[in-house]
Amino acid sequence: MSKKTAHLKIKELKTDIGVLKDLELSIGKIIEEKWTEPIGPTPFPSITDLREWDHKLLHRYKPLYMPFCDVCCLCTYGKCDLTGNKRGACGIDMAAHQSRFFLLSCCIGAAAHAAHARHLIEHLIDKYGRKFPIDVGGVTVEVEAPITRLVCGIRPKTLGDLEDVLDYVESQITHLLSSTHIGQEGNNIDFESKVFHAGMIDHVGMEIADMAQIAAYGFPKADPEAPLVDIGFGVIDLQKPVIACIGHNVPPAIEIMDYLKTNGLYDKIEVCGLCCTAHDLTRRNPEAKIVGPISWQLRFIRSGVPDVIVIDEQCVRTDSVIEAQKIKAPVIVTSNKICLGLQNRTRDPVDKIVTDLVEAKVPGVLILDPAKAGEVAVRTVVKITSKRKRFKVIPDVTEIVEKAKKCASFGDCNDCRRACPNDLPIPEAMMEAATGNLNKLAELYEECVGCARCESACRAGNDVHSFIIKAAEKKLKEEKFKIRSGRGAVQDLEIRKVGAPIVLGEIPGVVAFVGCANYPHGGKEVAEMASEFAKRRYIVTASGCSAMSIAMHKNEEGKTPYEIYPGDFAAGGLSNVGSCVSNPHISGAAVKIASIFARRKLRANYEEIADYILNRVGAVGVAWGAMSQKATSIASGFWRLGIPVIVGPHGSKYRRMLLGRSDHKDDWYAYDARTGDQIYVGPTPEHLFYTAETKEEAMVMIAKLSIRPNDTTKGRAIKLTNYIDLHKRFYGTMPDDIHLFVRTAADIPIIMKDEITKILKKKKWKEVRVPDPTLLPRLIRKRKE
Amino acid sequence: MSAESWQRAEIPGPKKALVFAKPQVVATKVKIAKRPILVVGHEAVNTSFDEEKVIDYIINIAKAAEIPVVATAHIFGEFVKRGFKPATWMSILDITNRLQDPDWKGLDGVGQYDLALFVGIPYYMEWTILSSLKHFSSDLTTISLGRFYQPHATCSFSNLSLKYWIECLKVITSELGE
Repeated sequence: MSKKTAHLKIKELKTDIGVLKDLELSIGKIIEEKWTEPIGPTPFPSITDLREWDHKLLHRYKPLYMPFCDVCCLCTYGKCDLTGNKRGACGIDMAAHQSRFFLLSCCIGAAAHAAHARHLIEHLIDKYGRKFPIDVGGVTVEVEAPITRLVCGIRPKTLGDLEDVLDYVESQITHLLSSTHIGQEGNNIDFESKVFHAGMIDHVGMEIADMAQIAAYGFPKADPEAPLVDIGFGVIDLQKPVIACIGHNVPPAIEIMDYLKTNGLYDKIEVCGLCCTAHDLTRRNPEAKIVGPISWQLRFIRSGVPDVIVIDEQCVRTDSVIEAQKIKAPVIVTSNKICLGLQNRTRDPVDKIVTDLVEAKVPGVLILDPAKAGEVAVRTVVKITSKRKRFKVIPDVTEIVEKAKKCASFGDCNDCRRACPNDLPIPEAMMEAATGNLNKLAELYEECVGCARCESACRAGNDVHSFIIKAAEKKLKEEKFKIRSGRGAVQDLEIRKVGAPIVLGEIPGVVAFVGCANYPHGGKEVAEMASEFAKRRYIVTASGCSAMSIAMHKNEEGKTPYEIYPGDFAAGGLSNVGSCVSNPHISGAAVKIASIFARRKLRANYEEIADYILNRVGAVGVAWGAMSQKATSIASGFWRLGIPVIVGPHGSKYRRMLLGRSDHKDDWYAYDARTGDQIYVGPTPEHLFYTAETKEEAMVMIAKLSIRPNDTTKGRAIKLTNYIDLHKRFYGTMPDDIHLFVRTAADIPIIMKDEITKILKKKKWKEVRVPDPTLLPRLIRKRKE
Repeated sequence: MSAESWQRAEIPGPKKALVFAKPQVVATKVKIAKRPILVVGHEAVNTSFDEEKVIDYIINIAKAAEIPVVATAHIFGEFVKRGFKPATWMSILDITNRLQDPDWKGLDGVGQYDLALFVGIPYYMEWTILSSLKHFSSDLTTISLGRFYQPHATCSFSNLSLKYWIECLKVITSELGE
């Protein structure tokens, strides 16, 4: 189905009642039906159409609220003290307020992606036309837009079709945002339902953004063998002028590459990126380099390496212009969402802009035309590099020692440590530095998230972050790794191969490492977790900053995980789907398992597909360094599909979790679709949103949350083997909830049979039937008399 | 006695934890509690003093108070290695969730707890956990045994030096043993 605008134009019409001239009549949209699959129950769902499904999930996975503070300060009725779940002036209680806050966060996240999609698609339509065909994988991908098909009930065929989808996405975000206004929604569970809706909508927005750029820019199309590309501070060729692109919306970066090619400069200028723009840049141009995730922004700028900095949008340090000025590098900002106080020079002649930047008459410019921004960036970098001479603001060792001595004179102030998100022992490192030994400062590098709050707090005015970077200079320069470029969608063929073993449980799970880089102990933990589950023959996939962090660690043989594990969506594979907006390829893969493998109807059939995934597809998302609002909306989109998400300890600051209670037996019944009987299926999966204290806890939880009611006995035994093995390894003991996951004796892993049988006996375990599980009564095929 | 949050940006709101003037008060509170429980996070294994780890001092407290211990994260084995068996292992979220449920029967099936002590949880995480309990479990008293002030607890130490904190833990053990 596609929607067409009916547009009638009459130059002149003579009738009995008069003459009509230049009549133009637009009657909105006409649905053009070409898709034979019948439309499902919820096309373009409103914010209440899936409420019943949400409430089913939320009955099982209840919110646990963890407020930052006791007050609500959203309006001038307040501040209101909500301590102890008191009600505020508008009548809202703490639970609803926390849910409302979470919804706000999701709206921000979804809006960021949707606005990104709008900019991107408008730009691509401008460049390639509305009729440019969508192709994300040729013959290997027939279900090209699983999320959009599922939610909207349409199959977008051209770039122009994507605009219709975007209209829907934007309208939903507006409705959701309006519900956070004072005197609107007041029930916490209904807020949570809207959170799910925001997440679902976000996945639609992201999906169409990535489809558009894959098709128009020729990114890898569902390619498991997408090229291995360079990542790391040390991969940058310092002999060349360097343009650094930061953000998430790739057109300006691509225009830079295109300008270089057109003007014979391709091999003469180094173009690199940070954050998702870097991912997407290498999807188009594998020769481009990735510096690293968001936490590398400050250290890279201060190193003096970038000669010109080009900024698009999202997760860009808002002090980028200030930092760039320190190293005398001009900044070109390219999005109306992030102008950073710079003058709009979009309509000025290129020569004039370049002159102003090279002669440092302005710190930077706003150019809202990506092609012009690309030309300005290249022409500026050619002229400015020799003037800048890699001017940097990383101090030398002598200066650090002197300043550390000054720091020591402030005594036990601890201001830097008390500002550090990871409570790093900076004061001790500074004391050591005052003696001339920078080793302790260097040790902080691995766990530093690059926020520089330590500097803002320092009463001595020290550039503490720069000290750490200098101390770890050798390590920084040795950062040379390989990452597989973002492959995009999962092929239909891959889904056919893995569909049965996933649903039956024989592939123990799909683990997706997604999201930001606000790690408690550095990115190494993500690499360790990804490698562990790839070794265990889970399907491991990644996106965004997490995909980068996985790449930035090597084994004893000097190989990165992407060089060790194949890029297939298969057991033991490690794939990088791409940037933030590529995440729907992961949720879409779960949807495609239901659609392609199980032949469930996909079109506008959200509830049934989500029910299928919840009960059958052992997928788990891990956002170990999640910190952004986008991370909340991405996670929410997974939850509504029944896919649990684990976040790292900083994720507790999202202030609400969705937890099951394994000790509440009544919560864990599902219908057997064959008979209509209600069957106990155990706490599978136990939680929907969970924050883990340590990576060890997270790994045990990943294995546990991969368990699903539909697992075959063989599949359940494999999943239990992984769960028990990890539990024994990290906790030093057997899990105490085995009896909740063993349904029949055949579920028991053979090698642990004696041990588990003893436990089951002690727990007075009784065998239960393995049902054809569903939470939806309408899917029961035969009702009991 | 007033105190300020260890992480300076953590501003709690109108209701803030009372600060222990001396560690003996902790022991008194534990003694008068009907159903106390001690929740220990992984940082108890990461911090050392005088070649002993914080977990060792905590085990002494648990033994002296005869209090059930919940080991969170992955540190159950660390207790067992030291010859001490916690009542259970449970994630910090799961125990927090259960402590808010008035119908929960506790680890022993007897009933809900009236005093929960926390130590070894990352500061910012303990912050949110204690806030959750402050707002949604009105009958529970919470004590942060950590080194730094946690305003969302009912009672907490102020920000202490490592040396003095360990001294405090020793005093609590000694008082509970009497």
